[in-house]
Amino acid sequence: MSDHYEHQGKGRDVQKDMLAAWYKRLETATADGRKVAYLFVPGNIAELLRVFDIEVCYPEINALQCGIKRTSQSLIMTAEDMGYSSDVCGYVKNDIGLLSTGNKGPFGGLPKPDLLLCTYCGCTTFIKWFEQLAEYYDVPIVMLDVPYQRDGSIAPGDVAYLVGQLREIAGACEKLTGRRFDEARLAEILKLSAEAEDLWASILHSARRRPSPFDAYFEAVFFMAPIYALRGTQECVDYYRIAAAEIDERLRHNIGPVPDERFRLVMEGPPPWPAFRSFWELFKTWGAVSVASTYSKVGGFWDRGFRHDPDRPLESIAEYCLGCYTNQSLPMRSGLIRSYVDEYDADAVVIHSVKSCRSFSVGQADFREEFTRMRDIPTLLVESDLVDPRYFQHAQLKNRVDAFFEALEHRRLIGAPAAGAAAPHAAAPHAAAPHAAAPHPAAPGGTRA
Amino acid sequence: MKIREMARRCEAMVRDPELKTVAGWKAAHPGRRAIGYFPVYVPAEVIHAAGMLPVGVFGAGGAVEIDHADTRIQSFVCSVSRSTLELGLTGRLAALDGTIFGSICDVARNLSGIWQRNFPGVLSEYIHYPQNPDSAHAVPYYRGELQRLRDALSRLTGTPATDAALVASLEVYDHNRALVRELYAVRRDEPWRATWREAYHLARAGHVLPVEEHNALLEEALPLLRRRDAPKRDRVRVVIEGSFCEQPTADLLDTIEEAGCYVVEDDLLLGMRWFDRPVAPGDDPLLALARAFVDSPVTTSIRHDRRRKGAALLGRVAAAGAEGVIFSAAKFCEPALLDYPLMRVALDREGLPSLAFEFEEKLGTFESIRTQVETFVESILFFGSEAPAAGAADSPDGRGEGRR
Repeated sequence: MSDHYEHQGKGRDVQKDMLAAWYKRLETATADGRKVAYLFVPGNIAELLRVFDIEVCYPEINALQCGIKRTSQSLIMTAEDMGYSSDVCGYVKNDIGLLSTGNKGPFGGLPKPDLLLCTYCGCTTFIKWFEQLAEYYDVPIVMLDVPYQRDGSIAPGDVAYLVGQLREIAGACEKLTGRRFDEARLAEILKLSAEAEDLWASILHSARRRPSPFDAYFEAVFFMAPIYALRGTQECVDYYRIAAAEIDERLRHNIGPVPDERFRLVMEGPPPWPAFRSFWELFKTWGAVSVASTYSKVGGFWDRGFRHDPDRPLESIAEYCLGCYTNQSLPMRSGLIRSYVDEYDADAVVIHSVKSCRSFSVGQADFREEFTRMRDIPTLLVESDLVDPRYFQHAQLKNRVDAFFEALEHRRLIGAPAAGAAAPHAAAPHAAAPHAAAPHPAAPGGTRA
Repeated sequence: MKIREMARRCEAMVRDPELKTVAGWKAAHPGRRAIGYFPVYVPAEVIHAAGMLPVGVFGAGGAVEIDHADTRIQSFVCSVSRSTLELGLTGRLAALDGTIFGSICDVARNLSGIWQRNFPGVLSEYIHYPQNPDSAHAVPYYRGELQRLRDALSRLTGTPATDAALVASLEVYDHNRALVRELYAVRRDEPWRATWREAYHLARAGHVLPVEEHNALLEEALPLLRRRDAPKRDRVRVVIEGSFCEQPTADLLDTIEEAGCYVVEDDLLLGMRWFDRPVAPGDDPLLALARAFVDSPVTTSIRHDRRRKGAALLGRVAAAGAEGVIFSAAKFCEPALLDYPLMRVALDREGLPSLAFEFEEKLGTFESIRTQVETFVESILFFGSEAPAAGAADSPDGRGEGRR
């Protein structure tokens, strides 16, 4: 099917190969004499580590890989057998299950960390998570304490607090590697970050087009992987050129993730990784496309203009950490979602509330109250989990989603205005991008309508 | 009996979801303000120095039904968060002129945001406590945070608290901490002099009373307690761990103790014991308070500490001369529940018996917990500390039996 097109499918396939190569490097890092840092995606300071050629390893990405490859349930149950409660974060339990069963995942073997860099940004459970790892691996924690945007913006003094800590962390890296902190090299790396960020931001913005060429939630999770795993490298910049070419081709040919775009959604919350495809299908079948999502911003707000800055290296890293989505106050988060609804001309907000992550989920019910009662934005809230398949009830979710779209359709029939200040729905001729539709031959998008 | 009466009065005050004590104080002090705070710790001195009454808001303790909060906060969240929101939504916190939340967990953090939207126009502050004790920048950062609080409160009064007022507040709170420490010392040395329930409520009254009144109350109670005539029973000395935020109900305190324990150390009301020595104010009382916070010896699940999980707990067990540990965590409390397995491993390594259960505000029956604690106590009494842990602690995850 992709024969007609030169670039379709590349964004997804190339990042897959890049992640596989990255995991391969991690597997042999210790044997090759390279140091490995564990850190978190939100507020990650990969650029600083790259100055010292330290490999980055993200336990969250490892956990989501186990989720999407459906090995998470047994790992979570292993951790529960060790005494971890059924009510605590599934990512943490997945990771503890993994390390206590030999640290082999669907991606290969994981190295022992040389540095447990707790980038405490937007999630308090990160601290608890690394405190566990510190004991299991017998490696001390190096902390980066990132204050919450408690007053609706970055508080005065917070950037300086982070810069001070970043210098201390650079000192810890010097000690670990025996190498000097080379600030000129940091500036070069940050320049590469900013280049990739420009390209990624343009992809995110492409969803403003109607029909959208890109699913900013279900596809974004693949397209965004390199900006977390490999940011600050030429390889990462090259990837986003490839991805941008794919999007550009879709725009030229007027193709998108569903054959006939009927609903435009803003998505809030992480996806249910073990049921990713069937969850996506619930929306595709209604011709629904995510035009903006908050999950794709957990690691940074490039669509809102943030760039790493070679001229203000540590300051811009500090602002990056402080700015991440889950480090923003709830009024900032709900304001962002509302502005996405307007800016991306969306019909509704869908909240996927996950039990594992209270950082994301506590407050989402209040968002729904606000959006539906005060702002007249149709909002669906469904609950499951991001990694524990026991919480994904397909039939129940399908009922909720179908009922929601039926109501949206009814709303359209009786002529209620769309949530975003929308022009009347334009039924532009629009075919599915081959790559987005291809994995679901049995249930092509749009048949439901 | 005087002590019993005092404790009963304290209990009535702190268990009153309508905050009548606070309303009464405000009526008696026109123009003065009351500032609520969510557990675990608050720099009460800064509130006090502003001429305001700090009020601990630790949920409803099962005293109210959750009717309104459920539309704004999901069911997989601890009851102290849900019932605190319920208290707010039903107007029971009307006596408060503001509320302060802190960075103890993601639920408390996000509750502060829910608060801002649902109670616009009322002061709502969030304090990000420093979590990098190894950084040279933690103290100056936190001093800035305390200054931010001082400024925020001054927007209510028009004038910021002076350094002199802060020095005086540090002194009166230092005295309060010394008295609370003494109360805990009574429980450690002669636990039969007061029940756990009595001692707890005598201390917790400091969450609704002005600190000066609470100091006077403890000054009166402590000598009475020391010479109170009460029978010494054959009970097992235990440490309670994991109840630092959501507080067990009064009935649960009784259940644990009556099942055969003397609770000689616990982590309830930890905020009242944050410093183990007076805070020397120096030239800059805010800086002194910031330094005292960062240097505090308190180890708890809501505060990053580079020591191993079990080390501090074993230290507390030894200092209290305890024979076992009861992990009593609020259901859904991620910080406590995530720390439990490693603490358990550390205790097992030392041959110290432990028991674990979860509680919540609306825990209807205590029979299951009573049975677990009784079995646990018997195993220690009959087999000594070297015996394997009893009851639910023998089940694969040591949990679950105490749930609804």
